[in-house]
Amino acid sequence: MLDVQKIRNDFPILGREVNGHPLVYMDNAATTQKPRQVIQALVDYYENFNANVHRGVHTLSMEATDMYEDARKKVAKFINAGDPDTVIWTRNASESLNLVAYSWARENVESGENIVLTPMEHHSNLVPWQELTREKNAAIRYIPLDNEGVLDLSDIDSIIDDRTALVSVVHMSNALGTVNPIKKLCDLAHARGAKFLVDGAQSVPHMVVDVKEIDCDFMAFSGHKMMGPTGIGCLYAKKDVLEGMKPFLTGGEMVLEVSYEKASWADLPMKFEAGTPNIADAIALGVAVDYLEDIGMANIDEYERDLTGYALNKFIDVEEEGGKLFGPRNPDQRGGIISFDTPDIHPHDLGTLLDQMGIAVRTGHHCAMPLVRSLGVAATSRASFYVYNTKKEVDVLIEGILEAMRYFRDGVR
Amino acid sequence: MALGSLNDLYRDKVILDHCRNPRNSAVLDLPDVSCEAINPFCGDEIRFQINLDDSDRVREVGFQGEGCAINQAAGSIVSEALNGLTLTDVLDLSKKFSRIMEASLPKDVVVADKEAINLGELSALYKVREFPVRVKCALLVWSALDSGISTLA
Ligand SMILES: Cc1ncc(COP(=O)(O)O)c(C=O)c1O
Ligand SMILES: [Zn+2]
Repeated sequence: MLDVQKIRNDFPILGREVNGHPLVYMDNAATTQKPRQVIQALVDYYENFNANVHRGVHTLSMEATDMYEDARKKVAKFINAGDPDTVIWTRNASESLNLVAYSWARENVESGENIVLTPMEHHSNLVPWQELTREKNAAIRYIPLDNEGVLDLSDIDSIIDDRTALVSVVHMSNALGTVNPIKKLCDLAHARGAKFLVDGAQSVPHMVVDVKEIDCDFMAFSGHKMMGPTGIGCLYAKKDVLEGMKPFLTGGEMVLEVSYEKASWADLPMKFEAGTPNIADAIALGVAVDYLEDIGMANIDEYERDLTGYALNKFIDVEEEGGKLFGPRNPDQRGGIISFDTPDIHPHDLGTLLDQMGIAVRTGHHCAMPLVRSLGVAATSRASFYVYNTKKEVDVLIEGILEAMRYFRDGVR
Repeated sequence: MALGSLNDLYRDKVILDHCRNPRNSAVLDLPDVSCEAINPFCGDEIRFQINLDDSDRVREVGFQGEGCAINQAAGSIVSEALNGLTLTDVLDLSKKFSRIMEASLPKDVVVADKEAINLGELSALYKVREFPVRVKCALLVWSALDSGISTLA
């Protein structure tokens, strides 16, 4: 069993107070906190190794290059990509998704074809496809949701069809917590000759994700949601797919040979990495991956499932006061993201009240505006967990929500 | 209780009164001015309708909103504060209110503190300054009015 106290001790920020209370950080779906090891890796890099990569013959450059490429190998192993060249560094999941939209889809999606999404996509896996389909005169289709926020696959054979170019689905919804049947959807897409993209921004940090087993063509995720720094993310794609794609950005580092008239592209992965990359943050993400693997992704998954089950049970106290839970009830169909509405107190006011108690939650539409609107609200409150959260903190959260509801009932409403 | 520091805001008599009994909530048909604003970060929404009298002063206001208590109270308070003003007065008041809410240099804050006292019920909203991320909840009303009135000009 995992030792939460030992893990917590690695996170300097968790010792902080906010508004006179110990910090209860439950906004992990937005970004996670960083362990000392990751923070130290950044300092260590800049103090001892800083140099540009893939360029110099001097010692620092060679060392920096090795560390940078080692980090890529770690990430590749972490998602079972096999060949590290199939892991492309980007800034974040959004950039990874745009890379696919610009470099793959603009060459491969044709007029009259369709792209299949779900209604629970983050704006990052929605807006690029809106832009693309408008340009290409293609269509977007949505797999419907049932009233618990779970995909309804009863009509899937008429949604994913022979004119489907791409199926792009979020693995775990950041707004509902729903975990989607990615493997099944991937097989359905491939059976119709479509490519399959997984938005792994919320799943890769929290569970064992194996791109080989899923057999997806693309997967996008962000370092900052998995204990790594901001500014570094990844796109995984199958090698033959990447080889057939045009570059996204062009310039230095990504070329093989350049004349005054034209250029030829470097091999993978550099073909997609124009300019000096985010060396330090890539290396620190590698350290975050080491940290996660030390704990073990299966252990993290098990721990968070138990914590989420506990929180869902406790949430019944809020429901008895009129609170409403969004997303599936069954802990097997969801991750550690609890999205809810409280009567008599708007999420925005709740967020301010909880902040006064040191509790950090997110309120709003969580970059899934059409979904949140379809729930019949303008905003929800969202608590999202990571492996360093505890049952005691869940108790503080639930008590805080109840107290805020009482406070508003006695006054504002 | 842990929420003590919030009492200034959520226990303020004026704010409570407007939250519990929002004023002017009926929608006006065929208004002279009609405007709305949405805060994309939190989903707060606000809509205004304004009718003018023969001398182009605000005679009647309709206000509807969807959102947090600050947003709702602001809409209701402002719907009363507009009465008798010309549209130019409304824009001036908007500028003034935004300026005092967003004052950050110490010398500007001293001025803002003084000006806030003389704003009638609007003064209650000045307390939102203590919660900087919520200032935009109090200002959404004004961005609706600004955009509605400036499209007339
Ligand atoms: C499901 C999902 N996809 C994509 C993103 C975008 O991630 P980033 O902002 O790091 O690009 C997020 C971030 O909230 C997310 O939750
Ligand atoms: Zn608000």
